[in-house]
Amino acid sequence: MKIQLSKLLPFCILAAGMLWSTSCGKPASASKGGALGSDAASRVYVAPGQYDEFYAFISGGFSGQLSVYGIPSGRLLKVIPVFSVDAEKGYGFNEETKPMLNTSFGFVPWDDAHHPELSQTNGETDGRWCFINGNNTPRVARIDLSTFETAEIIEIPNSGGNHSSPFTTENTEYVVAGTRFGVPYPQKDVAIDSYAENFRGALTYISVAPETGHMEVAFQVLLPAFDYDLAHSGKGKSHGWTFFTTYNTELKSSLLEVNASQNDKDFIAAINWKKAEEYIKQGKFREMPARYASNRYDDSVHGATSTMKDKVKVLIPEECPGLVYFLPTPKSPHGVDVDPTGEYIVGNGKLSADLTVHSFTKMQEAIAKQAFETTIEGIPVLKFDDVLAGVVTKPGLGPLHTEFDGQGNAYTTFFISSEVVKWKVGTWEVVDRAPCYYSVGHLMIPGGDSRKPDGKYLVAMNKITKDRYLPTGPELTQSAQLYDISGDKMELLLDFPTIGEPHYAQGIAASKIVDRSRKIFPIEENKHPYRAMGEKETKVVREGNTVHVYMTMIRSHFAPDNIEGIKVGDKVYFHLTNLEQDWDTPHGFSVMGARNAEILIMPGQTETLLWEPQREGVFPFYCTDFCSALHQEMQGYVRVSAAGANTPLKWKLGDDVMQ
Amino acid sequence: MKQLPRLLMFLAALSLLALFIWPMWKIVLYAPQYPDGVEMHIYINKLGGTSPGTLQNVNILNHYVGMKAIEPDSIPELQYFQYVILALVFLGLVATAINRRWAFMAWLILLVVLAIAGIYDFYLWEYDYGHNLSDTAPIKIPGASFQPPLIGVKEILNFTAVSLPHWGGYFFGLGMILAGVASWLTGKTRRA
Repeated sequence: MKIQLSKLLPFCILAAGMLWSTSCGKPASASKGGALGSDAASRVYVAPGQYDEFYAFISGGFSGQLSVYGIPSGRLLKVIPVFSVDAEKGYGFNEETKPMLNTSFGFVPWDDAHHPELSQTNGETDGRWCFINGNNTPRVARIDLSTFETAEIIEIPNSGGNHSSPFTTENTEYVVAGTRFGVPYPQKDVAIDSYAENFRGALTYISVAPETGHMEVAFQVLLPAFDYDLAHSGKGKSHGWTFFTTYNTELKSSLLEVNASQNDKDFIAAINWKKAEEYIKQGKFREMPARYASNRYDDSVHGATSTMKDKVKVLIPEECPGLVYFLPTPKSPHGVDVDPTGEYIVGNGKLSADLTVHSFTKMQEAIAKQAFETTIEGIPVLKFDDVLAGVVTKPGLGPLHTEFDGQGNAYTTFFISSEVVKWKVGTWEVVDRAPCYYSVGHLMIPGGDSRKPDGKYLVAMNKITKDRYLPTGPELTQSAQLYDISGDKMELLLDFPTIGEPHYAQGIAASKIVDRSRKIFPIEENKHPYRAMGEKETKVVREGNTVHVYMTMIRSHFAPDNIEGIKVGDKVYFHLTNLEQDWDTPHGFSVMGARNAEILIMPGQTETLLWEPQREGVFPFYCTDFCSALHQEMQGYVRVSAAGANTPLKWKLGDDVMQ
Repeated sequence: MKQLPRLLMFLAALSLLALFIWPMWKIVLYAPQYPDGVEMHIYINKLGGTSPGTLQNVNILNHYVGMKAIEPDSIPELQYFQYVILALVFLGLVATAINRRWAFMAWLILLVVLAIAGIYDFYLWEYDYGHNLSDTAPIKIPGASFQPPLIGVKEILNFTAVSLPHWGGYFFGLGMILAGVASWLTGKTRRA
C-alpha cells in the first residue's frame, strides 16, 4: 500500500501542475510561476561589474569539459576543456597539449566527464585544484585553479569505466577511481559468459602530492566484479575510510536493467585506506602488469609530457584482513554521501522506496564483535541491522544523491519523482520538498560534501528540460536550478542552461579562489624550448623539411611577419611567444589552410601550431583575439614555394630584414 | 633638547635615503580598459611600476600615437642622480657635524635648488615624450600633445593621467622640512 502511495506521487505533482495551468492558460508557466517568490529576481541579480559570491564547477558530461559558473547569478565564466579537444584554445591541437590526451590506446580526444571534486584541507575546500573523472577511457584530471587549465591527466590501469571517481579524502591524500564495469583483470581474451570467474573490479587510490598536486597510482584494491557506482571518503571520525556503492552484485553481463536489479540488497564497500597504507608498507601487495599514461602540464615550459607506466600495486582482500567490509544496502544504491560529522553514510538506493543511512560508529562496533553475515572472497559482509542508523521512509522515488547544509539537514535528489527532498539527519523526518524541471540527477551545495558546507544555495542539475526554454530542435539543453536553502523552505530562484550534460558539481566561496587566480605568466620564467624572449630572438630555422618559426606577438604585430623559403611538404612549427605582460591580453594565431585549429597564447606564454602547406602560394596569417585598436593590422604572410624550389629562407618585420 | 636641531638635521640627511627604497614619483594612467590604472614609478636610478610589465604596457599605449619608447638606458639622469643623492646625504651629515645654522641653511638651499632643477628636468623629458612624435604614428591627432601633467591630473585622449610624488618624493620633502625646522630652531635658540 505504501509503495502504491509513492507511485502516486508523480501523478500528484502532475495534477498540481495542471491545476495551476488552468489559471495561467499555458502548462509551461505552471512550473515557471509556481515556485517563484516575487523577489527571486533580485536575489540572483548580481549588478554589472560585481562579483558572484560563489564559483560553481559543473561537469560537462559528454562534452568532456568543465564549466565554471558564478552563483547566484548563473553567469557562465569559462568552459575548461579537459577530456575534449578545443579548437578555440588549441587544447589538444597545439603541440604543447597533445600529450595531455595520450593514453595506453594512443591519443583519445574525448571522454565523459562526470564528477568534479575540489581539493580539501582538513575536510574543507581549499581552492587549489579541481579533479574530474573521465568515465569512458578511465582517467582522472586535475585542473589548476590558479590558471583554470587542465594541469594533469592520469589514466587508470585495469579499470573498465571510471565512474566512482575522483572523490577526495579529507586532506587530498588521495582521490579515488573505482571501476564501474567489471573487466578481466588484467585484460585478456575470455568468454563474456565467464564473468563471475574471470572478471574483477579494481578500486584505485591515486595519491596527490601536497605541493605540486602531482598524481600517482598508489595502489588498487581488487574486488569482485560488481559495478562500483559512486563513492565518498569519510571525514572527521570516519577519516581513513572510503565508501563505494555497488550494483550488479548479481555478477551479470547481459540485460543488466533486469538482471542487475534482482538482489534486495547490494553493498556499500567500506575501504580502510589507512590499513591499506600499512599493508603497502609491509609489502603485502602484488605487483601487476599495467599500461597507463601519466600526463603532466608544466607552467614553466608551457607544455605537457606523457609518461607510460607499466606496473601497479594491488591489494587482495583475502590477504589483507580488515581492509574491506561490505555494508548491505538496498537496492542498487547510486550515490553514497557522508554527512559533515563523518558519522552517517547515506546509501541512495535508487530502486528502493526508502533511503538507507548507516552509522560509522555502529559499523566500527560490528567490526569489533566480528559477527558477520557471510564473507565474499574473504570480505566480511556486516549485518544490515548492525550498521543501520535509520531510514528515511518513503521520501520520494529514485533517490540518487544527497548533500548537506551543515545545519543538520540533508537534501536528496529523486530522479523519478523529479524533486529535491529535505530531511533531518538523526530524526530522518522529511521536512520539505521542491520540484525539479525535470528528472534531477546530482545536486550541489557549496562545500556540501565537505566538513564545512556553505548552506545558502543548492544547485540541482536536471537531465531533461522539454518545455523549459525556447526550443532548439530535437536536441535540448540540460539545466541547473538554483534554490535558496537559507530558510525553512527551499525556494527556487533561477534555472539556467548548462554546457553538455551536468553530472556532479562543486561550489566554493569565491574568496578562496579570487586571489589565487593568475593574471599573466612572467616572461622571464618562460622555459619553453622554442621561446623567443624578445623580437631580437626571433628566427626561422630549417632542419631538413622541418621548419621552426620562433615568432613573437605584441600589440599589434608579429615578428617576423613576412616569411619566405617555405616549401610544399614542409612541416612548419609556428612557435608563438606572447610578449605581453598585461592582464587579459592574449593574442591568437591562425594560418590559412591549417588543418588543426587556432592557438590562443596567454601573456608570457609560448604555444606551437603545426602547419603543413599543401600548395604553392602566399598565405596570410593573423591574430584572432581582438587585441587592440590595431588588431586588424596584426597580420602577415608566408610564401610557399614548390617542393624542389631554391627560394632562400628569409624573414622580416617592416623595413627591418631580420635574415 | 639642546641637541634637537642637530638631531633633526641628521634625520633630514637620512630621509633622502628613502629614495633608494621607494620611487620618488608616480604617473598613473586610467582608462576604461585599465580600471586599476597603469601606474609607472620613477626611481632615482630606474623606472618601474606596480607590475614588472608596467613600462612595456606604457610603451605599448604610447606607440599608437607615435611617442618614443621610454628606455631607461637612454635617460642619463637615472645613471648619475643616485650619486647626487648620496652626495647630498653626505653633505647633510657634514652639516650635522658642523651643527651651525648656516650649515643647515646652506644644505636646505642646495636641496631646494636641486629639487627645482630636478622638476624642470622632469618637465623637459615629459615635453620631449609628449611632443616629439613619430611621423609614421598609426594615430595622428592634429594639435594634440601627449605630455603628462607635471603634477596633478590631466585628460589625455581616453586617459586620465595623474602625476604625483611617491614615498621617496615625500621623504625628500620631509628632508627639506626637517632641515628648515632645524635651521629655524637654531636661529631661535641663538636669539633667546
